[in-house]
Amino acid sequence: MKYLLVEDNLELANAICSRIVLDGHTVDHAARIEDALGFTSAEEYDLILLDIMLPDGDGSSFLKQHRANKNDTPIIVLTARSEVSDRISLLDLGADDYVTKPFDHAELQARCRAVFRRKAGKSRATIEVGDVDFDPVGGHLTVKGNVINLRNRELRLLEILMNAKGQVFPKQKLVDRLFSYDDDVSENAVEVYVGRLRRHLDGSSVQITTLRGLGYRLDHD
Amino acid sequence: MTEDVVVLGSLRNRLVVILTGGAALLAIILFLFVRGYATLIAQQGQDSILSASVSSILDAAVLRDGNVELDFPYASFSMLNTSADDRVFYAIYADDVLLSGYEGLAVPQLQAGNEGTFASATYDGAQIRMASATRTLIGADMPRQISVTVAQTQDALSDTLNRISSNVALFGIGFFALATALSFWATSTTIGQLRRLTTAVTRRGPQDLSPFSKPVPSEMAPLVGSLNTLMLRLDHSLKQSEDFIAEAAHRVRTPLATVRSYAEATLQRVKNLENRNALRAMVRAIDESSRAAGQLLDHAMVTFRAENLNREDVDLVELLGDLVQRMTPIAEMREVTLKLDVREPTQMPGDPILLQNAFRNLIDNALKYAPSDTVITVHVHAAPTLSVSVKDQGAGFPADEIHKLAGRFVRGSDTRDQIGSGLGLTIAQDVAQAHGGKLILSNRPEGGACVTLQF
Repeated sequence: MKYLLVEDNLELANAICSRIVLDGHTVDHAARIEDALGFTSAEEYDLILLDIMLPDGDGSSFLKQHRANKNDTPIIVLTARSEVSDRISLLDLGADDYVTKPFDHAELQARCRAVFRRKAGKSRATIEVGDVDFDPVGGHLTVKGNVINLRNRELRLLEILMNAKGQVFPKQKLVDRLFSYDDDVSENAVEVYVGRLRRHLDGSSVQITTLRGLGYRLDHD
Repeated sequence: MTEDVVVLGSLRNRLVVILTGGAALLAIILFLFVRGYATLIAQQGQDSILSASVSSILDAAVLRDGNVELDFPYASFSMLNTSADDRVFYAIYADDVLLSGYEGLAVPQLQAGNEGTFASATYDGAQIRMASATRTLIGADMPRQISVTVAQTQDALSDTLNRISSNVALFGIGFFALATALSFWATSTTIGQLRRLTTAVTRRGPQDLSPFSKPVPSEMAPLVGSLNTLMLRLDHSLKQSEDFIAEAAHRVRTPLATVRSYAEATLQRVKNLENRNALRAMVRAIDESSRAAGQLLDHAMVTFRAENLNREDVDLVELLGDLVQRMTPIAEMREVTLKLDVREPTQMPGDPILLQNAFRNLIDNALKYAPSDTVITVHVHAAPTLSVSVKDQGAGFPADEIHKLAGRFVRGSDTRDQIGSGLGLTIAQDVAQAHGGKLILSNRPEGGACVTLQF
């Protein structure tokens, strides 16, 4: 997926970009509305993350212009304003969703997935590894023609592993990405989900390998 | 607001009193004037007949051999016939000696050649009108002075006058009644302008602070001008408070978002357990403070809006549908199913922003405490009373704390490590109360908590 982040706070933008890249997506960053419009006219994006308070104007003016240009790239607004006052006008202006700063990256990811699901229809990018076809947006896994619906954490875990096949992920890292910080979970919780994924992938050319003391890795024949 | 206004008198009453008082005065003046004029005309009529009668008698007087001879012409009295059979008196004097007639009929001091004088007097117990004239007859030896007085009672005259008076009085009363009706109409039209302005201002929603733009009479223009200036100032200060709350939220949240994102990104790279725990604690602390700040600001905004409640028709099904759709990604993250259970279209008058905020807090709470693989259901009941309930399949509320959980900053003892400010239920309760409803916390018999907003 290709993201455009429009955010004037450079530190926050760097942090968000690095998380998006970590999730296996590419991202461009614009700090001003003018730059953002330049980016959108030159490139096709799958999703735009838009800060609402920008140095050269209100993000809502970008929203208006974006929709006026008949550009239907979904937009998720990042707002630091009070939810009570802004909500309705943002969605009225054509935003697809919004998150309130500071946000849990997992929540942003979940919202992106929900927006993709609503917008993308059938033409979805899938990840193919071996004889396994994975649709991270729809949450389907196709193994030898059988379509399996994945639960949320199974799908997020598989997405992490598939986006970086061959890479070793320590359990702790996976816990960080699968659970929110107020869930007090032990590292063993990951084992449950790895176990479920292994059952789903049974009989395919893809397997999740346990490296004792190091973590998990996705391999395929 | 009416109870704060010091009321002294009423414009309407004052106008009605002035206008009807004026009409009454006019009616009385009219009555007196017409009556006086009618009296004058009637008197003149009687006077001219009396004078004609006097003249005809005088004309008949002749001097023969120094003696006054007088043949009463028949007409001189018949002309005085009236419908009321008024009595007629006369007296004829020749050089101050009564020749014929009624004694005691006052004789005016008359100059010779006097064409006639008139007087009113009382004679024989009746009001009379007298006409007198004097003529000097010149005979052979000496001139003789003849004075004739003819008097008549005034019964017919007063009959006529009474008739005229009662007609004029009727006319006066009619005039008064019409003028009073007109004054009421004029007053209510005038006051109606004020009332229309009042209605237009009262009917506005509390959020509507736009200037009053309908045309008003020039006398009311200064009032409306001042009102518009006041509204402009009020609007300005309200916008400032709203902007302040929004700006405060922005200022607090943006740096927190930066720190949180950094901490999260760093956590992905750090391996040392101690450092990791420190970073996790940091993220939790940030979540806690940003949530508290957000809830405090939301609470301020809710209080602010609840005081100026803006009521419009809210489609609850649409509002909850949007909300559930928006909260679904979070429910999915926690592997909880969020369902909306509505049986019929339901509308209620209220502030959609406040209602949405209240329901969001309830769903938020349920999402926080519901275990994985459970269902959270949002029920809308239209009857017997309109209510929205959020039911989960979690542990429910601790029975001994259930009555105090809606208090400000009160958190249940079983909230474990959940991040929260203790304001969520307070906000929901404030919103319910602003809409004339209440918040009800209960535990479901089959397990789990149920929070109901009943309107």
